[in-house]
Order: sequence, then C-alpha cells, then structure tokens
Amino acid sequence: MRALAIIAVKEVRDGLRNRWVLAITALLAVLSLSLVFLGSAPVGNVGVSKLAITTVSLSSLSIFLLPLIALLLSYDALVGEIEAGTMLLLLSYPVTRSQVLLGKFIGHAAILLFATVVGYGSAGLAVSLGEPAAAAENWRAFTSMILSSALLGAAFLALGYLISASVRQRGAAAGLAVAVWLVFVLLFDLALLGVLVADKGQSISASLLNELLLLNPADAYRLFNLAGLSQASALSGMAGAAAKAGLPRSALLAVMAAWIGVPLALAGLIFRRREL
Amino acid sequence: MPPPSIVIEDLSKTFGRQTALDGVGLNVERGETLALLGHNGAGKTTMMKIMLGLLRPSAGRVRVLGRDPVQRNAIRARREIGFLPENVSFAPALTGREILKFYARLKRAPAADCDRLLDRVGLHDAADRRVGGYSKGMRQRLGMAQALLGEPHLLLLDEPTTGLDPALRARFYDIIAELTGRGVTVILSSHALSELEDWAQRVAIMCRARLVADGTLESLRRASHLPVRLQLITRQTAPALAETLGRPVIALDDTKREITCGFDDKMALLRRIAALGPVIEDIEILPPSLDEVYAFFSQRDDP
Repeated sequence: MRALAIIAVKEVRDGLRNRWVLAITALLAVLSLSLVFLGSAPVGNVGVSKLAITTVSLSSLSIFLLPLIALLLSYDALVGEIEAGTMLLLLSYPVTRSQVLLGKFIGHAAILLFATVVGYGSAGLAVSLGEPAAAAENWRAFTSMILSSALLGAAFLALGYLISASVRQRGAAAGLAVAVWLVFVLLFDLALLGVLVADKGQSISASLLNELLLLNPADAYRLFNLAGLSQASALSGMAGAAAKAGLPRSALLAVMAAWIGVPLALAGLIFRRREL
Repeated sequence: MPPPSIVIEDLSKTFGRQTALDGVGLNVERGETLALLGHNGAGKTTMMKIMLGLLRPSAGRVRVLGRDPVQRNAIRARREIGFLPENVSFAPALTGREILKFYARLKRAPAADCDRLLDRVGLHDAADRRVGGYSKGMRQRLGMAQALLGEPHLLLLDEPTTGLDPALRARFYDIIAELTGRGVTVILSSHALSELEDWAQRVAIMCRARLVADGTLESLRRASHLPVRLQLITRQTAPALAETLGRPVIALDDTKREITCGFDDKMALLRRIAALGPVIEDIEILPPSLDEVYAFFSQRDDP
C-alpha cells in the first residue's frame, strides 16, 4: 500500500511539473465553456434545460477527447521509462512490478479525474449562473456524466498501459495508441452501422446490438449518458437505441469497470514477465 | 561467520540465440570489494541485473545476501542493496532533492539521509534544480546518492565513473573506500582499468560471457606470467650491460635501459644489478599493468 501511494504521488507530481495537469484541465475547461456559451444556439428556446443540453454536448466531447488524452498520458508510462532507463533503477528498489504499474495508473487516473471534475465543473458553474433553478434530476445527470467521463478516461488509460507493457519501443506504443483510438472511437461505430445497414434488420436484433455496443467502452459510456436520461436522450438522437436498450445503468457501469480491470490485469501479467 | 554476500554457481543466461553468461561461478564475501572487468557486452551488466532479480537466470544458482533474488521475499532484501545503473537517468521534470526523497521513501530511509547524501556527493547547491538541466557528472552523483540511501550492505555499481572528470572520480573512490571500511560489500564494473589499480582488492575478468580470471591483482599478475620490466638509469651502454648481465637490454634513451624478466627471477636479477655498484644510478620496477593483465586474460581464449 505504502509503495503504491509513493509511486502514485510521484506520478501526480511529475504530471504537475510537466504541465500535463494544467494543459488537460485548461483544454477541458475551455472546450466545455465554449460549448456552454455557443451550445444554446442550435436548440434555441424550446424549454429544454440548459444543463441537460450541456450534459449531452459534454458527453459527446468526452467520447472523442478523453480517450485521446488518456492514451497520450499512458502509452509511454512503462515503455518510456524502460527506454529512458528509469524503470531499471525503480525496479531495483523494494517494490513489486504490480505496485509500480498500479501506482502509476492511480496517479494518472487521479490526474484525469481532477481535470474532468475541474474542467467540466467550470462549465456546470457557468450554467448554474445563467440557470440557477435547474432541476435536481439534471444536476444528477450532469454529475454522473462527469464521473463516468473519468471512468471512460480510466478505461483508455488501462488500454494505454496494456499497450505500454506489450511493446518494445516507444514509437510502436504511440502508433498502437492512435490505432486503438481510431478503432474504438471512430471505426467501431462505423463498422457497426455498416453491418446494420447491410443486414436490413434481418438477423441482428436489438439485444444483439446492445451486446455489440458493450464491446466498446466508448459506446457503453454513450449509452450510459445519452440513453440513461429522458431529457438527454430526446436531445441526442439516441432515444431509439435507448428505448430498445433495456440495459440497466449499473450494467453499463460494470462494463466500463471491466474495461478498466481487464486490460490492467493483462498489462500486469505481461509486465511481470518482461525482462529488462 | 556471516554467509557470503553473493553466491553464484554455474550461472548461464541466454537471450534467444545469444549467450550473455555461460557457466559463471563467483563468491563474494561480506565486506569484500570486487572489480568486475570486461569490455562492452562481456556480461557484466547482465550479471548485475540477475543479482538484482531483474532478469531470470536460464540455469544455475544465485544467492544474494542469502536469498534467491527472483523469489518474492527477495523484495525485502533489496532494501539492503544499493544499485547505480550504467548511464543512470531520472525523471527530468523533478528536482534532485525530490527524486532522492522519492527513492528514500521507497527504501524507508530517513528523510534526513537525503540532505546528508546530497552534501556527501557535492550536489548541495544544485539540489533544488531540475534534473533535466543536470550534466552527466551531476546525474552520476545523484545516482551515487540514491545508491547510498538506507545504509546498504551491498553496493552494485555499474560503470560508475565513465564520463566523470578525474577529481570526481577520486571523490567516488573516496566514498567507496569509506564504505568498504564500514564492511559494505562493493561490486564495481568498469572498463577504465588504470583507475582501479590502487583500489581493487579483487579483480574478476569477464570475456565473452565467461569469467576468465578471478583473484587479487597480484595473483593475476603471477598467473599471467607477464614480464616485469626493470628500467635502469646508467651511463653504461646497452651492449655492455647485456654482456655483464647475460640478458638482452634495450636502450630507451641516452641513460635509460630496459630489461624484462619473469616474475620469479626478478629478485635474482635485482641482486645482480645492485652488485654492479654506483654505476647504476637509479632503478625502477614496472610490474605488468592491469591493462596488460586484462588484455592477457581476455585474449588468451581467442581461437
């Protein structure tokens, strides 16, 4: 436990010093604030809560941005230190490899959590100034959006660690990270859409579609946030999917948790066997 | 009698088709200092990594401070080991002090050790600067400081003085000598041989994954049967001297003559030279240098 905390704290300190924390938080805050101020234009005044709109637009932003940030943070977490030679020294200390991996992951996850809470929280603050009487339901949705965004980020951090533990060179890790981002964030949905169109509703049922969506942490996040809310789903065009989804939100959370746990466990297995 | 610090028996390590260590055996007693010599790729670093449990041996038995380094409980033994890797590097964004404190916490060494060690290696003034701006020598000094954290019983130093200026080297050897005095076992690898000459109690020479020699410098000199050179200052010409002594003599310049002899007949020859009286103005005895001994052992097995 002690070693875990020491390594996590060092990772956070490194992130603060590298300006990573500052850059991510500022990026998320600027983007989400601009969504708040520009985002009301397309819907006009249709009696929908501004906070609900913000929740929907921020979750769409998260799907693209957070996986990318998480992968950028994590792809060289192990292989970068191995290449630089710092890992050799660290592992000569009284720490296990699992402690090194988990400690670094916790540090990175804390950085992401901080950046999303502060970055998106500033958007929430801006909305609450313009709409002091937002419904409690919308606030709940907003809060769970922020926390699930951190989960989404953690899932892609874990994937980044898996990449970092598996490859021999930093450059290869960077390439794989970009590929993972493309596959999960863009290509997976495109491919699914293509299959659905080609199938014309013949053999792919709604439940099968759900199961397919769970194969992607980004889709689990999308379902959790866009389909989980009555007002949000009406706004996001995911209403159709949500109506047929029938997946409890807890199941979606469990899927995201699995997308953190499984890649991290695999990364641990590979890293433990690796010779330096 | 405490158990030896290091016991290595018939250790082999292969990476795919490449053999990094081939049947190496080595015992190092507590408080001993060992210089591990060999050119790049001879297997010195691989051996240190195996002692630290960072690599698994392909065959053979290894015990470090009484424990198998790849066993889980060996983690605790690492608190008693200090390691300075070759070309040590640190997180560039942090300061020297922050990095040393981080390692001190991991080793459960008191925080007060950090300031003392920063002073000891002469990094006091640079301690609060980012390591990214450190010179090679400063990084090496920080590396030495972290290796000394927590009063280790065993120090593994991989090429600690490469790239250091002579003053810094001397400082390094001062520190090591002090530790040896306190009973710390030190294993130091190097290919800068001349600086080890006055310092190493025991020398092990590695060549192409094998240990080709192991012993005190004196015993290796004897075993190599390399000639001892005697340099005389005299007015006598080389042929005249050769005539008197019955040995070949080389004239190095106007007054300097050189005679080579075996280790065993050195004393007999010296007595004969001394008997020549005041015509010999000075005499200097040059035993084979560590470089020569090293070259001898590392080339002996050449096909």
